Amino acid sequence: MALRKDIITSILGILVFTLVCGILYPLVITGVSQVAFPGNANGQQVHVGGRLVGSELIGQSFADPVVKHGKVVLDKNGNPVTVPDPRYFQTRPSATVPSDNAAATTFSNLGPNSVATLQALQANIAAYIQLNRRYYPGHLTAATVPVDAADTSASGIDPDISVANAHIQAYRIAAIRHLPLPEVNRLIATYTGGRGLGFSGEPTVNVLELNLALNRVSGR
Amino acid sequence: MTFTGWLTIVAFVVILTALAMPLGSYMAAVYGGEHTVMDRIVGVPERFLYRVMRVDPGHEQDWKAYAKSMIVFSLAGWLVLYLILRTQGLWSFTGLNPQGFHSAPWNVTFNTTSSFLTNTNWQYYGGETTLSYFSQMAGLTVQNFLSAGVGIVVAVALIRGIISRSGKSLGNFWHDIVRTVLYVLMPLSIVVALVLVSQGVLQTFGAYWTAHGVTGLTQSIARAPVASQEAIKLLGTNGGGIFNVNSAHPFENPTGFSNFVEMLAVLVIPAALVFMYGKLVGNRRQGYAIFSTMMIMFLGAVIVAYIAEAHGSPAQHAAGLHTSVIAGSTGGNLEGKEQRFGIAGSALFDVITTVTSCGAVNSAIESFTGIGGAVPFANLSASEVIFGGVGTGLYSILLYVLLAVFIGGLMVGRTPEYLGKKIEAREIKLVALGILITPLAALFSTALATASSAGRASISAAATGPQGFAETFYAYLSQANNNGSAFAGYGGFVQPAAGNLGSHGITFADLLGGFTMLFARYAPILFALAVAGSLAGKRIGPAGLGTMRTDNGTFVVLLIGVIILVGALTFFPALLLGPIVQGLTGHLY
Repeated sequence: MALRKDIITSILGILVFTLVCGILYPLVITGVSQVAFPGNANGQQVHVGGRLVGSELIGQSFADPVVKHGKVVLDKNGNPVTVPDPRYFQTRPSATVPSDNAAATTFSNLGPNSVATLQALQANIAAYIQLNRRYYPGHLTAATVPVDAADTSASGIDPDISVANAHIQAYRIAAIRHLPLPEVNRLIATYTGGRGLGFSGEPTVNVLELNLALNRVSGR
Repeated sequence: MTFTGWLTIVAFVVILTALAMPLGSYMAAVYGGEHTVMDRIVGVPERFLYRVMRVDPGHEQDWKAYAKSMIVFSLAGWLVLYLILRTQGLWSFTGLNPQGFHSAPWNVTFNTTSSFLTNTNWQYYGGETTLSYFSQMAGLTVQNFLSAGVGIVVAVALIRGIISRSGKSLGNFWHDIVRTVLYVLMPLSIVVALVLVSQGVLQTFGAYWTAHGVTGLTQSIARAPVASQEAIKLLGTNGGGIFNVNSAHPFENPTGFSNFVEMLAVLVIPAALVFMYGKLVGNRRQGYAIFSTMMIMFLGAVIVAYIAEAHGSPAQHAAGLHTSVIAGSTGGNLEGKEQRFGIAGSALFDVITTVTSCGAVNSAIESFTGIGGAVPFANLSASEVIFGGVGTGLYSILLYVLLAVFIGGLMVGRTPEYLGKKIEAREIKLVALGILITPLAALFSTALATASSAGRASISAAATGPQGFAETFYAYLSQANNNGSAFAGYGGFVQPAAGNLGSHGITFADLLGGFTMLFARYAPILFALAVAGSLAGKRIGPAGLGTMRTDNGTFVVLLIGVIILVGALTFFPALLLGPIVQGLTGHLY
């Protein structure tokens, strides 16, 4: 008899909790957020010339599709093969397919002692050095590459790079865009965010904001 | 390592303690039947819920009736959640399935349902490619509240058993679960959700975007009502991310400040419960002793993890990377970590999420260094008693307290007693079973999965050598402890494209994991409630000269010793084969 009562109460309980916790609560939070923080609640869209170019919080790939014989080359998954666009600051390595895929995020899950990790790191370092070597005043080696430029991000869509990484890339950007280096470094400083509460986390350079500012200063 | 890194850790501990103490007092009032500030606001909905559920909140239940209500309620929740997830496509009329996702297959859904019922939130699936907004809200968010609630009420029932002066009553399950949701979880969730939105966490029912990037590449951007689920996912130590990369996703955790808030949200209720315990048993020092035990072990774990991650990994050193701090760069092992959190913010989050049964992650645990990755292993091996999950941590450590009292009693040669109640053979048998169930489930499932080819099919291709064993061991250790964090390469779901068409589960991993979670959740709960029932009937004797004190430093040391001894004896051989061997060598596999 008591069991029957427990069953009835349980079913009624699940239904009413679904209503309260699963429907009402998210609706109330959505309502308040959409009124109080509409930009945040919707994902901090960035528009340029009326077109949606991305979200301030989401890293994107600043690369160009490879074109051969007037056709975009596709990889085995049907995604365009791309090369980094040297006119833009580059985001961190990403493990998603394709790179910086914000609809299917994933970790690299590369272990600390794996040969696969070593190979991935070597490839990332080589790509970074190749992209920046010609413009960097000193000798750019693996030991000079900041870890965030070699290590894959967690989300695969990390919107930020470190200040050290940005300053190395600044030489390339200044040379290609014919801008004075101090001007580029000033832009980097403008788009560098500090630590939370002054101590939580690390300073960040938002790559999308920085690249859009570059386009405004020196055109595409 | 940096000054700001250490400062983050110190500030976290100070602020956590400052928040947990008043919350503990408040919760003592909620469960002690006293008036609280929330009575006016939620008194009416509370009585409405009792009426709808046809419950007499004053009806007293002994441990068997209490356990029966809890089991039936959980079973009903399991069935409803399974149905919601399996009929995902049918709910498109609500407008909360903008991407038109189909249901995931039965085996993965079995695992997911068991996972959210048991407060584990182990996820073989990626949220943004598998679940509709409706499934996330009406399905998962609801169990995020209820599974957390069940954990808390079991702890409360055990406390009532310890302090009861007469009779067998442990209170009323329905009364406790309703009050837990309305007085504790819901108000805190609303506050945390809004703070997170103010930092940039999403809260929208809108469809995914297609953006036309700066260089002309298109980018599809998944969205969701994130903040409402994020808040309870952390506060209830649930841990199941709305997106695949969990709290590493910028839409779940956008800033260094939000990261700090999220870390506090995970630990505040488990820490507050310990202070609540001291208040309810009428001796705050009992609570302080348990808090000190937890905090000492917690700090040990944080310090080791931070130093190990700041040192960098063997693969980085082999590649010639410079892993010390330089101007403008964190250095360290940033593989699988986000720039905005850095090394300290990732290592601290990682320890917090694995000492509790949370399992939310802001970095890839599989990519932690050998020693850094051994820390979550060790935390899980300590059976989630270092703060632990909401409620589960408290009732689990109370079992260890009873064990320590028993061992202490043997050493001084007196009948062991705790808070005036004699601890006898029946209680110690129940305590021993309650403590050993989880490690046994973890080791048994790991052995099964390692020894069979069906189990080895889940190991990721890149996990060679000890990493493959570490992945497997972590998977079942995490599921047995109802944690839910993962060496995420370990797979149970193959999904060729978003939306589940053509996807299939790996039945062996899905079912073994699902049953491991269910068994290791409900068996210890039943033993804890049985201990409560057994203690509830006992007379409270006066403390004598020879009574061993349980509120001083000596007892804290004894308790830490017992926890480490049990954990080390059970898990050390298995730990040696995985993370420790990787931490001791620079060899690459």
